[in-house]
Amino acid sequence: MSAPTLDRPAAPDEAALQAQFDATIAADHRIEPRDWMPEAYRKGLVRQIAQHAHSEIIGMQPEGDWLLAAPSLRRKAILLAKVQDEAGHGMYLYSAAETLGADRADLTDKLIERKQKYSSIFNYPTLTYADVGVIGWLVDGAAICNQVPLCRSSYGPYARAMIRVCKEESFHQRQGYELLMTMMRGTDAQRAMVQDAVDRWWWPSLMMFGPPDDDSPNSAQSMKWGVKRHGNDELRQRYVDMTVPQAAVLGVTLPDPELALDPETGRYRFGPIDWTEFKQVLAGNGPCNDERIARRRAARDDNAWVTEAATAYAEKHA
Amino acid sequence: MSMTSEGGHGAVPTGPEVPVEPKASTARRDWPLYEVFVRGKRGLNHVHVGSLHAPDDEMAVHAARDLYTRRNEGVSIWVVRAADITASSPDEKDPMFAPSGDKVYRHPTFYEIPDDVPHM
Repeated sequence: MSAPTLDRPAAPDEAALQAQFDATIAADHRIEPRDWMPEAYRKGLVRQIAQHAHSEIIGMQPEGDWLLAAPSLRRKAILLAKVQDEAGHGMYLYSAAETLGADRADLTDKLIERKQKYSSIFNYPTLTYADVGVIGWLVDGAAICNQVPLCRSSYGPYARAMIRVCKEESFHQRQGYELLMTMMRGTDAQRAMVQDAVDRWWWPSLMMFGPPDDDSPNSAQSMKWGVKRHGNDELRQRYVDMTVPQAAVLGVTLPDPELALDPETGRYRFGPIDWTEFKQVLAGNGPCNDERIARRRAARDDNAWVTEAATAYAEKHA
Repeated sequence: MSMTSEGGHGAVPTGPEVPVEPKASTARRDWPLYEVFVRGKRGLNHVHVGSLHAPDDEMAVHAARDLYTRRNEGVSIWVVRAADITASSPDEKDPMFAPSGDKVYRHPTFYEIPDDVPHM
């Protein structure tokens, strides 16, 4: 007895596919790689995930600069583990982008050719060792605010990558805060160093959440599709509300005279952000844009022989 | 230039001037893609965790160790070339899985047994 043949339905038309996609989003189910999806959804995701991956990879540089200068073996081991995590986060994200048909080597080329961007925050220099602590506390703290909601992103592989990333970010933030607490228990010079680093990184960390919602055209569509879950302003406010009490415990002053608790809302009001600076940094005119890209280019070009040698070896032993 | 906050690390420019599509002409320099499966601990199945590129199978296992088990997440790793995986097609989801949908007699709850029958 032979198995019954399955009747294959005629290929569904675009409207039916769109309806199925919309229903999946409406039910808060996940879209998976081989599902039909609107072209704009796919393109938007590739752009977002690639830029997120680039940020992780470029983000290795500011802290990596302190690997050889960390003050003890313990601090070196911690920093090395953190920088290695950032590489890992970039890899998880490139892996997610590839499920959408992107090519990893091509994404790297686009980064180096400045056709794709990465976060503005990594174009600032790490001038002292206190910057390592402040990056962990403020920059990774802001990243956590942004990333936790992405664990529920509508695209399955992106959400799963973010779950892995978020588990590891907690270590990043805590090691930074502990480093700063240690310095604050030290000399006056060390405390001044921490305050100086906070003064330099506070405003750029607020810019990480992006322009106000009414100046962020992609946000609405991204939220409709469940790729993003909250607006820029809401996430920025959450970050400020979380960070102000942490600054008090640490004993540093956040460089904003307008920062004050609003007794009616229970949330902190803060002063205006200098969006001109933000746009300048994104346009390529930040303090370290050229240096970051040059180093990434050198890593690709100078190490190409390793890739080629491994390929040759694999072919020889195939 | 339009911008939005997305990804974990904040705002990036978006819009038509920021291309996202792979170039068709790009020569593929990358190593082959491998899918990675990790057994979290003894007694559990291997579970898919992601993918990576590696020049050969052995290097793929080493890279998977570094990338996916930095914090004792696993006791065993499988890697398989992505190109060697055959999967069901999402377009045929209904005809593929419908045959099991109407066979309710395959589930224990289909059968009514008096309450006083023990151990069943």
